[in-house]
Amino acid sequence: MNLTLKVWRQKDASSQGYLETIEAKDINQYMSFLEMLDVVNEHLIVEGKEPISFESDCREGICGACSCAINGKPHGGHKGTTTCQLHMRYFKDGDTIVIEPWRSRAFPVIKDLIVDRSAFDRIIQAGGYISVNTGGAHDANSIPVSKEIAETAMDAAACIGCGACVASCKNGSAMLFVAAKVSHLNLLPQGKPEKDYRVKNMVTQMDEEGFGNCTNIGSCAEVCPKEVDLKFIAKMNRDYGLAILKGESRHKPDTISIQAELSELPID
Amino acid sequence: MSVIKNLYYSSVGKKYIMAISGLCLLTFVIGHSLGNLQVFMGKETINRYAHFLQSNKEILWLVRIFLFTMLVLHLWTSIRLWFENRAARPIGYFGNPTPMSSTFASRNMMFMGIVLGCFLVYHILHYTVQVSDINLIGKDFSGAEFQIKGQRDVYKMMINGFSHPLVSLFYILGVGGLCFHISHGAHSLFQSVGINSQYYHRILEKAATILAIILFIGYVSIPVSVLTGILK
Ligand code: HEM
Ligand code: FES
Repeated sequence: MNLTLKVWRQKDASSQGYLETIEAKDINQYMSFLEMLDVVNEHLIVEGKEPISFESDCREGICGACSCAINGKPHGGHKGTTTCQLHMRYFKDGDTIVIEPWRSRAFPVIKDLIVDRSAFDRIIQAGGYISVNTGGAHDANSIPVSKEIAETAMDAAACIGCGACVASCKNGSAMLFVAAKVSHLNLLPQGKPEKDYRVKNMVTQMDEEGFGNCTNIGSCAEVCPKEVDLKFIAKMNRDYGLAILKGESRHKPDTISIQAELSELPID
Repeated sequence: MSVIKNLYYSSVGKKYIMAISGLCLLTFVIGHSLGNLQVFMGKETINRYAHFLQSNKEILWLVRIFLFTMLVLHLWTSIRLWFENRAARPIGYFGNPTPMSSTFASRNMMFMGIVLGCFLVYHILHYTVQVSDINLIGKDFSGAEFQIKGQRDVYKMMINGFSHPLVSLFYILGVGGLCFHISHGAHSLFQSVGINSQYYHRILEKAATILAIILFIGYVSIPVSVLTGILK
């Protein structure tokens, strides 16, 4: 099939961007969206033009590197699908497809469709970890975690940090990402000692990065390729409220006390 | 003190302020509707109720001051949030697609808020401050004509107040704005304070819509009844 692409072209962070019309010819319906872009780029290179810059890594929907909004919808807007897993069979011959980078102040465009998502890294650095070594993989069930909690934590941990939630949000809010990361650790015994500090610090960092505020519309959960649920935002809000009420969130708990707390768990 | 600082400055904290102030205003809106509906139970009932409210000056003013504070907090925070949210996404997508899974109400919280805010100012001047220049019928609601034995005849004031179609129309518009605002707000507030789950989310969304519809019918029934002559 033949398609007309309108692709966002931007030389670098400080240049003005624009939508360029590029024809994509002889596209096979079995290609993924990124493979289609590869084909287009090869043509562009042969013609001596600048290829379209876009990000990708695993191309199997698990790394979160691929990022672009297709017709205004991050990852194309199909349920549980990343751009790399979006196949061309969803498009028809003659379609016009608008391809844009993630739109958010906190994700400045580096080039064409590539944005700088290091704001997410700084949010993780602000509390998305456990401060003590919790050892290697344990025997199953050596730490008592109910099935329900384990499953819920796993659902939160499914977040691949692609940033589609921010990209889809009319307020450029990162609540779904931060909520997934906070909940994943706060739900599990290993994450409990630093629960209050974690939520407080990660939310503070999120605000400092210039993300917007959630208005509970739910576009984020709709586009999330890992289908992270809005309930995690509720959990984060709850954890945050409790943390600031307790007032214990200001100081990072020291390693000795975390170790002491965790030593009650059957881990080494 | 750090609790207040965190509430005031953080994104999640601001949503707590919106939710708690919104809930207080919502409680008032529900109570006010129930109070007003007594107009259908006859002149004596609503006048007795009005007198009951008016005669407890201390409580009346406490409630008024409290509600006013909540309104100011709600407004001020909504303005801060609105500007921050605009700044967080300076460039949108081509052709301004409607945000996914949004509703008319959730997209227009600010607009509906402004509509209802304008109405609120008029409404208070109309019935509480009783400015006769704006009731379009040129009657003085604080005058002797609207009193029975030294007590206010609220029943008569309501009938007269809604007798002008334009006044009623503006009332219906304002209440419409309020109900759209509530249809999103009344479930959003639970999410904001973290009282929500995957299961309850759907129920809360439906409940908020139903609440908004009931409130709309409740409020609008009064001017409609006056204009159609059911209440006289
Ligand atoms: C009696 C009047 C009002 C009631 C009952 C009310 C109720 C609510 C409720 C329950 C919420 C949801 C809070 C949340 O999402 O956590 C809300 C949000 C909001 N209100 Fe009001 N409100 C009223 C007046 C106003 C006014 C006058 C404005 C005008 C500026 C306004 C602007 C907003 C905005 C912009 C939001 C969305 C905030 C957000 O989701 O971030 N409200 N309101
Ligand atoms: S490239 Fe890894 S998720 Fe798409």
